[in-house]
Amino acid sequence: MSCATFQIHDESHTIGNTLRWMIMKNPMVEFCGYSVPHPSENHINLRIQMYDGLSAIQALLSALGNLDSLCEVVDDKYKESLKHGSYERWEEKS
Amino acid sequence: MAEGSGSLYDPRRHVRILSERVRDVSSVDYPGHFPGEDHSWDLAKFTENFHLEVQRLSQRSVEFDLVGVDASIANAFRRIMIAEVPTVAIESVYAWDNTSIIVDEVLSQRIGLIPIHVDPRRIDVKSEGDESTDRNTLVFNLDVRCSRNTKAKRGATADSELYINHEVLSSHLQWVPQGEQAEVFEADPPRATNPNIVLAKLRPGQAVKMELHAVRGVGKDHAKFSPVATASYRLLPLVVLNPDKPVPKESAEKFAACFAPGVIHVDKRSGKVRVEEKNLRKDTVSREVLRHPEFEGCVELKRIRDFFLFHVESESAYPPEDLLPEAIQILRGKIAAIRQATEALLDEDQTMDSQDAMQTD
Repeated sequence: MSCATFQIHDESHTIGNTLRWMIMKNPMVEFCGYSVPHPSENHINLRIQMYDGLSAIQALLSALGNLDSLCEVVDDKYKESLKHGSYERWEEKS
Repeated sequence: MAEGSGSLYDPRRHVRILSERVRDVSSVDYPGHFPGEDHSWDLAKFTENFHLEVQRLSQRSVEFDLVGVDASIANAFRRIMIAEVPTVAIESVYAWDNTSIIVDEVLSQRIGLIPIHVDPRRIDVKSEGDESTDRNTLVFNLDVRCSRNTKAKRGATADSELYINHEVLSSHLQWVPQGEQAEVFEADPPRATNPNIVLAKLRPGQAVKMELHAVRGVGKDHAKFSPVATASYRLLPLVVLNPDKPVPKESAEKFAACFAPGVIHVDKRSGKVRVEEKNLRKDTVSREVLRHPEFEGCVELKRIRDFFLFHVESESAYPPEDLLPEAIQILRGKIAAIRQATEALLDEDQTMDSQDAMQTD
């Protein structure tokens, strides 16, 4: 299946746009886009079209893996900066 | 200043701010956009370019720089912090008595919005139809009666002197432990994060008596569950002076006044201007400088497309520095769920393919 539209339930722009970006980073992807068909329906449509008859599902899977490793890098660096960084600490009145 | 991925002056990273429009907003770092360049995903390259630095931290808010990611990623973190990091808030109000001038439904709405100090990770989600248990519901009592202060001094005019309990405050919430809760929350009993929120004003004889049930929820269901007061980002401003057209000496001060204080440094003796790079983030990009004809061509205003200055203000039980890790964890949870569903789809697809092959044989 080289072209597919995936309907993802209970998801929104949060996942739609990040996944779209990561899938478009794949050079074998001819087209990728997402839409929120209606604001009161809680799902998104994610369209993937591949070159050379490659599998769209595989492209989605690898993008999910890449996104996960990206999150791990961000998490690690944040915790490192919080632990060792020299940032300003201040008292905020509420 | 740490630039993260390469130089701040790389024109490919620039969003151009012109007098009446903004250009080059979208990122174009995709394979096939620049001929002969590889822009496919590369974790090692990303890790090298990626830069994250906490700038300021207080007990209520955190500011950090997120550099070298696409807007879609930064925006996902922001959206999740606002709408999908769970907190505990009051969902049901049982009004036994309310003789204040605020009607039940309005008072209930106000009570729902009180940020509750309790670690949401210790409370289960109560789905629709679930029975309330000590694992998914916290109970508070609100019992306030206003009376005249008989000891008030003669001629006193202030409400606080004349009356006792003239205000219903968030500090009046009394937690009523249920079942095992007394043990679980012993160290840090649930309470209102801010004790000074006025919920209603009372006069002698008026009273409010209510039972409040708090549950765990997320901001996309109701804003009262949002753990942040604000979670926002802006792009790092950049001011680029044109070396071929220096700012006229006589209007150097006027030029500096077009920017936020500290962004432009004017040399007192020579009248030359230069950009103070470490103060660039203070600029508001007001475009004031573009309004004056004498500065035309002297300066370009830009923003760095992948340099996000986050500002997150916690208004919940989470310490502000915990919100990004929570958001990342939630995003990874979503990814895992979609991956599971996709793998199931892949199995289905393969069995369908093999069936097709059998039929053609």
